[in-house]
Amino acid sequence: MTRYIGNTNEDREQMLREIGYENISSLFKSVPDSVLLRKKLDIPEALSEMELVKSIKSTSKENKNTDEYVCFLGAGAYDHYTPSPIDQLILRQEFYTSYTPYQPEISQGTLQAIFEYQTMISELTGLPVSNASMYDGASALAEAALMSCETTKRKEVLIASTVHPESRQVLYTYAKYRNITVKELAYENGQVSLDDLKSKINKDTAAVIVQNPNFFGIIEDVELISEIAHENKSLLTVSADPISLSILKSPGEMGADIAVGEGQSLGNPLNFGGPYLGFMAVTEKLMRKMPGRVVGQTTDKDGRRGFVLTLQTREQHIRRERATSNICTNQALNALQATMYLTFMGKEGLREVAEQCLNKSHYTYNELIKTGKFRPLFTAPFFKEFVVISEEPVSLLNEKLLKNNIIGGYKIEKDYPHLKNGYLIAVTEKRTREEIDTFVRKAGE
Amino acid sequence: MKLLEELKYVETHEWVRVEGNKAYIGITDYAQDKLGDVVYVEVPEIGTVVEAGDQFVVLESVKAASDVYAPISGTVVEVNEELEDNPALINESPYDAWIVAIDMSMPTEVDDLLSAEEYKELCE
Amino acid sequence: MQLIFEISKKGRKAYSLPKCDVPEAPVDSLIDSKFLRKESPDLPEVSELDAVRHFTRMSQRNHGVNSGFYPLGSCTMKYNPKVNEAVARFDGFTKIHPYQEEETVQGALKLMYELDGMLSEITGMDQFTLQPAAGAQGELVGLMIIKDYHLNRKDEKRTKIIVPDSAHGTNPASAALAGFDVVEVKSNEKGLVDMESLKSLMGDDIAGFMLTNPNTLGLFDENILQISEMVHEAGGLMYYDGANANAILGISRPGDMGFDIVHLNLHKTFSTPHGGGGPGAGPVGVKKHLSEFLPVPVVSKMGDKYYLDYDRPLSIGKVKSAYGNFGVLVRAYAYILSMGPEGLREVAENAVLNANYIQNKLKDKYFLPIDTECMHECVFSGIWQKEKNGVTTLDIAKRLLDFGFHPPTIYFPLIVEEAMMIEPTECETKETLDEFISVMRQIAEEAENNPELVKSAPHTTVISRLDEATAARKPILRYTK
Repeated sequence: MTRYIGNTNEDREQMLREIGYENISSLFKSVPDSVLLRKKLDIPEALSEMELVKSIKSTSKENKNTDEYVCFLGAGAYDHYTPSPIDQLILRQEFYTSYTPYQPEISQGTLQAIFEYQTMISELTGLPVSNASMYDGASALAEAALMSCETTKRKEVLIASTVHPESRQVLYTYAKYRNITVKELAYENGQVSLDDLKSKINKDTAAVIVQNPNFFGIIEDVELISEIAHENKSLLTVSADPISLSILKSPGEMGADIAVGEGQSLGNPLNFGGPYLGFMAVTEKLMRKMPGRVVGQTTDKDGRRGFVLTLQTREQHIRRERATSNICTNQALNALQATMYLTFMGKEGLREVAEQCLNKSHYTYNELIKTGKFRPLFTAPFFKEFVVISEEPVSLLNEKLLKNNIIGGYKIEKDYPHLKNGYLIAVTEKRTREEIDTFVRKAGE
Repeated sequence: MKLLEELKYVETHEWVRVEGNKAYIGITDYAQDKLGDVVYVEVPEIGTVVEAGDQFVVLESVKAASDVYAPISGTVVEVNEELEDNPALINESPYDAWIVAIDMSMPTEVDDLLSAEEYKELCE
Repeated sequence: MQLIFEISKKGRKAYSLPKCDVPEAPVDSLIDSKFLRKESPDLPEVSELDAVRHFTRMSQRNHGVNSGFYPLGSCTMKYNPKVNEAVARFDGFTKIHPYQEEETVQGALKLMYELDGMLSEITGMDQFTLQPAAGAQGELVGLMIIKDYHLNRKDEKRTKIIVPDSAHGTNPASAALAGFDVVEVKSNEKGLVDMESLKSLMGDDIAGFMLTNPNTLGLFDENILQISEMVHEAGGLMYYDGANANAILGISRPGDMGFDIVHLNLHKTFSTPHGGGGPGAGPVGVKKHLSEFLPVPVVSKMGDKYYLDYDRPLSIGKVKSAYGNFGVLVRAYAYILSMGPEGLREVAENAVLNANYIQNKLKDKYFLPIDTECMHECVFSGIWQKEKNGVTTLDIAKRLLDFGFHPPTIYFPLIVEEAMMIEPTECETKETLDEFISVMRQIAEEAENNPELVKSAPHTTVISRLDEATAARKPILRYTK
């Protein structure tokens, strides 16, 4: 037997004997002969632990990682710093190897962690009701659109073209199968065009969706958008960068009905795109329309405070085809990691991170423009990320940078073909002046 | 199981109290017992037009969502706002806790509803 | 215990950052103050030690697989091998950005490509997408593929998905989300799909049939080939809900049973940790005639270079950013390589043996609705205890907590009254099973002789039963001062 199986050969024989079977295959007699696999699976033979580690290590070495290379790539996933206690605490097996807290008496750890997470997300977004997290920022945004349609009984969604391209793609996929029409709003100077919004919004518009800071790193004028959306009785969804929320006005304060976003920045490693977490918070009014798990506070029969999964009747295991969503699991461990991050960084730390991002990205921007090889594209304010137009094609530029141990910015032309040589650069608190100066020097060569 | 003689009943466990052209609708003692603690009542908007047999209210307990069907056709003219704050009334006093009132469009439908006696038989 | 907000005190901190080494400007000189927050979000202010203790204490109020037996049916709470955590933490995996140039992530792409191949072989399918973040999202992808497949053939009247009454709640919910109407097919007295009912549903409006096999009663549907044939003949596709595929590894393959689409839950069958409810991963495999509909991108190989193929005009699109829960994929990949073909077959054999062992040893004390060989899990009903002693399945579950066991899944599947769904997994030893069996038998006796003891359980946990009705009536979903 392999090392992950409990029974010995003798155990097996004894167990079979005790329950009256001759051999293992007699337990499988309901599997018809015609579908029994008659060969050995054609996959590699088992590896010992030593062989496994060696083999996978060598595969991992074929990737260039952000420890060896200095990263200026963002576009929705960011190389932020994570305090060291998190890596150790997250491995506590009680968090790691448990499942959905169905039995609250032995799941108070997970339940309280989610309650604290919900409180923090609510605090960041300025909206009172947060769920326990969703798959990622993109699918949370799509779910927000579906929820808006369900609530308003309307079938059209307006989304800013300054929202992350992958979020828009995911929205298109989710919307297509629900016969929801998605229309994009043009941008001006890197911000949603209010004129375009006014001309496209109508009585069928269920949702207006913007991202702040947007894909270009720019801060949108959400309050003006909110007025237009609400005058039309449409719901406003704002997708936000949680780090920015320590200094920027919260979605709730600016009138959003739903706030969503990618939570990776909060202490979750880049991991080649996942697992991350999507957060979602809504107004009181939308509480019962919200998808996903929710934890609530209550008391036990001796009056002690405790936490439980609540408002479960919205969910698939009860409502089945009439549930608010098909979502079942949340991203509990990633949400826990985010909760730990927000705890260790705390009120002051998160603000300091945001301010360093702000200052370092502006310094980088100014230095890049000084080289004469890059020109500004937009003049609107930005947070930790910005777009410039490079003189040389971005692919060549990034190739050159890679040779200097730098992972360059995002080739924005991929998603906005008219922005030829557009270059999206993210600068987090991790970048030092020396790294930035090297990047600027090499990029400007 | 408690029943009130003066009410009319439906086999899907709703009761109806007729006042003029208005029908007040709730769920029976038997139904509230089966459902357990009611935690939330989802009601239609005032002005909603329903036909007898339409699903028009949802009662939520901790681990179930149960449909309530309109016993009678008409327009929803009142909803019991007290239930919003205190859905437990349905458990405590099911025949006082009306959920919605309907202005009947086909008052003769009342004649097809069950008497307390008939409903009792059905539940046994 | 206290909430982190209750131990917070102004001025404490648990972080350090280097001094900002670029010229600093006031925030409102860079961003117009109308966009700025007046007050920082009220996050905790605690010392590092206090924060570490807080999370450590919190964890101690949880039961995990490493704490003790966790026979939660349909969730496959098997052991999460430690080496998988070690390899998933290599810098070459955790510190790579999803949008790096392909030539800088060849290792990651290779791993995904090989995992696709291995999962295809294990299930008898032709190609997998690794994008779905969880089983439910996998289902959604599978159903979207079904929809587009029919539409692409201009077969527009196929609006219905058939789902058995024993199915997981996600099945009908996913079907609705993909824009289908859901039709339920009944189970027969053997707990299998009722062939007559199924036949009566066949028609040119059927888009597909979603089936779990072994089903949620833990039974393998012996008519599976006839079912596939019937659905295919009617023009529908066969969808395999492979959330719990532990019983079939190396024994039988959905592809050979006639299924066109399969989703797997890597956090169940393939040992990746459940994490208190996620992250999981729900890859979807299809037969060749459906591969053009898979989400973009698909990892492909040209010569010895791996690349992300976005050029797939018939693709359903994207359901998630990037390429899937990569960190979870690494763990599943490591697991398959550790097990090898013989190891995987041993998994199935032992999972099935353990479930049958429990089933046989408890069926004189608890009602077994369908008395036949089960697969990876067995389903009892607490109806005897309820009728005789007023002790419910919930009470039995709570009493198990006093013995340090996680209870089985309860009240599911819906078609069994007072259901208890027990899935021991292959990892447990005979000794653990014997201990569980003896406790279950003891509880059955307690139900008879001392029902109050069971009804008032648990007695040893950090809190007792919670008032869930108040939690739902007056939801308190966050801490307020």
